[in-house]
Amino acid sequence: MRYPEAPQDAGLPGCRAAGRRQALVTGIGVAAPNGLGTRAWWQALLAGRSGIGPLTRFDATGYPVRIAGELSGFVDEDHVPNRLMPETDRVTRIALAVAEEALADSGADPASLPEYGAGVITASSAGGAEYGQRGLSALWSKGARHVSVYQSSAWFHGAGPAQISIRHRLRGTGSSIISEQAGGIDALARARRRLRDGAGLMVTGGVDSTLCPWGWAAHLADGRLSLTGDPALAYRPFDASADGHVVGEGGALLVVEDAREAARRGAVGYGVVAGCAATFDGPGRPRLREAAELAMRDAGVTPGQVDVVFADGAGERVADRAESAVLVALFGPYGVPVTVPKTMTGRLGAGGSSLDLAAALFALRERVVPPTTATARPAPDCPVDLVTGQPREMPHLTTALVLARGRGGFNSAAVVRSPGGSATG
Amino acid sequence: MKRVVITGIGVVAPGAVGNAAFWSLLTSGRTATRNITLFDASDFRSRVAAEVDFDAAAHGFTLADTERLDRVAQFALTGAREALADSGVRDAQVDPVRTGVSLGSAIGCTTGLATQYAILSDCGNTTTLDHTKAAEYLYDYFVPSSLAAVVARDSGAQGPVGLVSSGCTSGLDAIGHGADLIRDGSADVVVAGGAEAPISPISMACFDRIRLTSPRNDEPATASRPFDRTRDGFVLGEGAAVVVLEELGHARRRGARAYAELSGYAAHSSAYHMTGLRPGGQEMADTIRAALDEARMNPVDVDYVSAHGAGTRLNDRHETHAIKTGLGDHARRVPVSSIKSMIGHALGAAGALDVVASALAIQHDTVPPTANLREPDPTCDLDYTPLFAREQRTSTVLSIASGFGGFHSATVLTRPRLKEAA
Repeated sequence: MRYPEAPQDAGLPGCRAAGRRQALVTGIGVAAPNGLGTRAWWQALLAGRSGIGPLTRFDATGYPVRIAGELSGFVDEDHVPNRLMPETDRVTRIALAVAEEALADSGADPASLPEYGAGVITASSAGGAEYGQRGLSALWSKGARHVSVYQSSAWFHGAGPAQISIRHRLRGTGSSIISEQAGGIDALARARRRLRDGAGLMVTGGVDSTLCPWGWAAHLADGRLSLTGDPALAYRPFDASADGHVVGEGGALLVVEDAREAARRGAVGYGVVAGCAATFDGPGRPRLREAAELAMRDAGVTPGQVDVVFADGAGERVADRAESAVLVALFGPYGVPVTVPKTMTGRLGAGGSSLDLAAALFALRERVVPPTTATARPAPDCPVDLVTGQPREMPHLTTALVLARGRGGFNSAAVVRSPGGSATG
Repeated sequence: MKRVVITGIGVVAPGAVGNAAFWSLLTSGRTATRNITLFDASDFRSRVAAEVDFDAAAHGFTLADTERLDRVAQFALTGAREALADSGVRDAQVDPVRTGVSLGSAIGCTTGLATQYAILSDCGNTTTLDHTKAAEYLYDYFVPSSLAAVVARDSGAQGPVGLVSSGCTSGLDAIGHGADLIRDGSADVVVAGGAEAPISPISMACFDRIRLTSPRNDEPATASRPFDRTRDGFVLGEGAAVVVLEELGHARRRGARAYAELSGYAAHSSAYHMTGLRPGGQEMADTIRAALDEARMNPVDVDYVSAHGAGTRLNDRHETHAIKTGLGDHARRVPVSSIKSMIGHALGAAGALDVVASALAIQHDTVPPTANLREPDPTCDLDYTPLFAREQRTSTVLSIASGFGGFHSATVLTRPRLKEAA
């Protein structure tokens, strides 16, 4: 059904109005199971080095799944002052560390912006899961008086952006966005909207951490985890024998700035956020395709201009086939290189789509696509050109499409383009 | 720039389920605060709350539904259904991919989480959790976008859908975000609002521990006293408020009635403290100014301020300062009120309940009162509309909210200029 008046008219994102403020990603911070910090993580991705291994953060004996992507080298105390330790969940400490790296990487000085010119809109899916466990344990085993005085402010989903805002004195819009795995892209879309409304800089992206018995019980009850015991093979999207995914912790945060203001400072940036869109599945009517189409339209690019797709890669047969069908419909069979580097980290909740955005931006800068590990070749019913084994050099790589699906029916897509390559799109 | 109007309203509030009952409660000066009945609160410092008497079966929920859906999801669904029916938008031709959902919630399905934890830990007797006892929907309790998902599925929305969580400004922020989606052309219709169901041992424990809730257990009906000299904390509330936001032209074409136009929205952070408020309220004042700027309004245009008015010592003083700084001389002339005096503080739903009250104030040209305000506080010296609703021309309303994390939000609602305007 369509309205008599075409919905995509002038001024809509479908038409990139001349002079519209562009969102340039100028800084990236990463905490991934296969590398802390962008340098270590990107090297691991190109080397095909996975961070998935046996669970060590809690005793997983007796659980049917005992592997995950842990941030094994991440020592919380190294990243937050002592006084903040009792006030924060692990997920907030990860967020603080990653935000620090992203802001330093950008070279921006938020203090030089107008008073409310810099904000934080990040995605989370489970909030402070470990803090939740601690509070509920105290309540039921010892009583209400044993719940921490920091329970309310450490557990809630807004804790991450609030702590980042306080640490870096970012006084623009602060908020947390939730759409499970799709959240990283949705947060970016909102941050970009704020830039268009006049903000100078936004910290966005997302992180998650649910590797505690309580979070694990939720993942197991959800029933989407792979029962394959081998960490190197458990999460194998588009494989004919895919049987679920592996959970990881961490994610990525991005600093996005108004492109012209960043250029004035001499910042080159990783890439421009050219298009974003989100849709929700109807009954028997998946809408991932529409999300991808709307994001490309927002970016003013055709499928032919997309050089690589960072796929959602659910690692579950029905969902993999559905995503593959979308890719085939848009790009043709084996029509575009597709990759799922999440096979090296596991799915990180809201951190997953954020990390994919970071990977896509690094791919633009380095002109190389990181591989999908674990899957040797896509199933015959998933005719996609999956980048497996080795990274793929792409000297003319300028445009990447990132896809994400969140549990319950969320679909999000973003198009990122090289800072130079976007001018003509 | 596209314009956004509210064409439907749905409310689940303490003492009032439904849009009409809500307005009747707000203008009667009655209060819905009472001693807690939802659980045994005898061990708690604060034992008062504003509870919703919610008959799930009467709202179409089966036993299986109530098993699976946390109370907060039932509230959100009920509010959304009423709002959509009220707007009549179901009957119009809408493109599902251009229909979105934007809900706000501060603590999501915490009540369901607490129940599940008790089951998995054998009521706290074991520290190893037995995952085989977990409900298959436990993960949906962890990730509150499930609330937006159930509303989207129920209402047929297949456009941008999501949940905003920014503490006690969540409801206002979700509506602000929903309006953004329409303004930038991503949607024509957005089901937006806030929902919360925090009256459970874990949430009460959280606020008991930091002494933010009122311990006036012997006078539950008057325990919520925003701006009163004797105020001693907020009273927890619950519920949902959902609006149908619609692009003005879209509403016009289908001959819809509109309650109000959402003319301005702004959100800032104080970057000061997780639970404290910076003295002076400069950030809140600047948020007010920013929302008025977006609406192209001046302070003198504001006919009513729907305050956050939590009823804590700190908030009400802070907010009074902020209104004075934000509105200048006009702050002394404009009526202000806090509906939390009647329905308590429903955290992430509160901002949405305030927006709905503001829209209804415009529709009825009436300002709801601040109940229980009998002893003025010298540090809170504005016109808080004590005790009785006031009939007056109300064309422009400023609605504001503050919360944990130092988040401040403000929105400006104006009388809609639709031929068919209510």
